[in-house]
Order: sequence, then C-alpha cells, then structure tokens
Amino acid sequence: MSLFRNIVFTAVIAGLLSGLLLTLMQSFSTIPLIAQAEVYEKAEAAPAHSHDHDAAAAGTASAPATGHHHDEEAQAWEPADGAERFVYTLAADMLSAIGFALVLIAGSEALGGFKGWRGGLMFGIAGFLTVILAPGLGLPPELPGMPAAELGPRQVWWIATAASTAVSLGLLAYTRSAALAALAIVLLIAPHLIGAPLPPSHETAVPMDLYARFVNAVYATNLVFWAFLGAVCGVVRERFRAGEDVSSGAPAKLASR
Amino acid sequence: MVTKSAAATVSVTTSKVIPLGMSAILGLFIVGFVGFSHLEVVHNAAHDTRHSLAFPCH
Repeated sequence: MSLFRNIVFTAVIAGLLSGLLLTLMQSFSTIPLIAQAEVYEKAEAAPAHSHDHDAAAAGTASAPATGHHHDEEAQAWEPADGAERFVYTLAADMLSAIGFALVLIAGSEALGGFKGWRGGLMFGIAGFLTVILAPGLGLPPELPGMPAAELGPRQVWWIATAASTAVSLGLLAYTRSAALAALAIVLLIAPHLIGAPLPPSHETAVPMDLYARFVNAVYATNLVFWAFLGAVCGVVRERFRAGEDVSSGAPAKLASR
Repeated sequence: MVTKSAAATVSVTTSKVIPLGMSAILGLFIVGFVGFSHLEVVHNAAHDTRHSLAFPCH
C-alpha cells in the first residue's frame, strides 16, 4: 500500500499547488472573458424567456439580473457571483488537478518513473497535448452562449480522443518498432478523421474577438498549468518514496526487534 | 538469500499493478466527476473550470 499512499500524497500536493496557480491565472484571463460572454448569453436567452411568460416578464424586466444564465434550469443551485463562485472554481480546479496528477503519476510509474523534474515536465507537456490540444483541435474551448452539438456525443469524442492520444504518445516515446510507431500515428490522427460532433449552426451573439482572446487564454493557461503540474509531480515523487523499497524487508526487521 | 531477493523484486513489480491501477482509476473518477458529471449542481459549481479547461460543457 505504500506505493498507493505515496502516489496519492504526491498527487494531492502537486494538485493543490498547480490548481491554485491555475485559478490565479484564470481569474486574470479566462474568467473575465466568461463573465463578458454570459452577458451575451443572457441577452440571447431573455427574449425566449419573456415569450413564454409575457405578463411576468413585463413586471420583472426592470429587476436586476439574478445570475441565472440557464433559464430552463433556474431551479438548480449555483454559486453566487463573487467570492463564492471563485471558491467553487478554485475547488474544482484543485480537484481536477489532483485527478490529473493521479493519472499522470500512475502512467509514469508504469513506464519507469519521472526520474526528476525534467521528466515530470515532459509528462506534463504530454498531458497538455492529450487533454487540451488534441481534443481542442476538434472541440475548441467554448464560451457560454456559443452553439454546440449534443453534450453526450461531444463528451464521448473528447474522452476517446484523449485516450487514443495518450496511448499514441506512450507508444511513440517508449517503443522502438516501426509497426508500433505506425499504430501510434494512426491513433493520433483517427479521432480527427472521424471528426468531432459539430453544431448545426455556428451563429452566435458572442463577438469573435472575445472568443479569440478566450481560446488563446485557455491554451496559454493550460500549457503553464500542465508544465507546472508535471514538474511538481516529478520533484515531489522523488522526495516521497518512504516504504517502497524496504517494504518487503520491513516485516523481517520488525520480527528481529 | 539470493532466491529471496529475486522473489522480492518479482513481487514488487507485480504488486505495482494494483496500486497503479487504483491511482489511475481514482484520478479518472475525480476528473470525470468534476468535468463530465451531468448533475446540474456539479455543472454549476465547476462551471468556470469546465469552460477554462475546454471540457465539453452545456
């Protein structure tokens, strides 16, 4: 169990640190752009809403926006704007980072370990390619209020693309046969030949320059996040190997005392 | 002594499979919950994270 315990410990440390860094970067880059896009999203949703409740809308039209940007799901809880929303974003970022770190460390251990922070950095960049860049080629980052295909098929394509990219990068880096390299290239390209589910129309009220800045911000923040996550995993993993090498000898030691 | 240490190395490599698999599954479960859960409350709480990590959202 010491290996599992050390991996979880390393992932939690690396995830908390890099999740904090990610949230700080996001609060200056992507989150203000999401807030701007939500203004357009609400403006788009409002006419449809008042169409259903003409009388009620006339009375509430002058009332301040309540922050419910999903009119059809107005009943569901959501964090209040400001500090509460920031805290939930921070928690979600840290949890995601811990989850990514667990997978990253498990993958690296199966392939022989990080071997220091440089190896961790390489694994982190591979994580960026797998989780952000490859799925992003077919399903670019979305702002609220932008048209998209059905959620389910997009999630299936996203997960399949990330999985096949991960296997492909592993084969390219850790095998030396031509046949496996060819298989890796097929796995790398196949999801994009199949193609991501696309929305029927790309029309949106969100301005294109806002969207372009958002896409740049997503790629920049996530590249830094993954590089940092990988490097920290590499450093912390080296520090915490307690019990792993001596675990088989430990019972004998205890017995001799 | 030699046979004992050889047996120990083999058991370490095979015993790695379970902790590594458990770590990976735990990580995938956490990412799946934060990023892919269809629960409306989870979606709303992790909304800005999902958009900023380019997860499929809405």
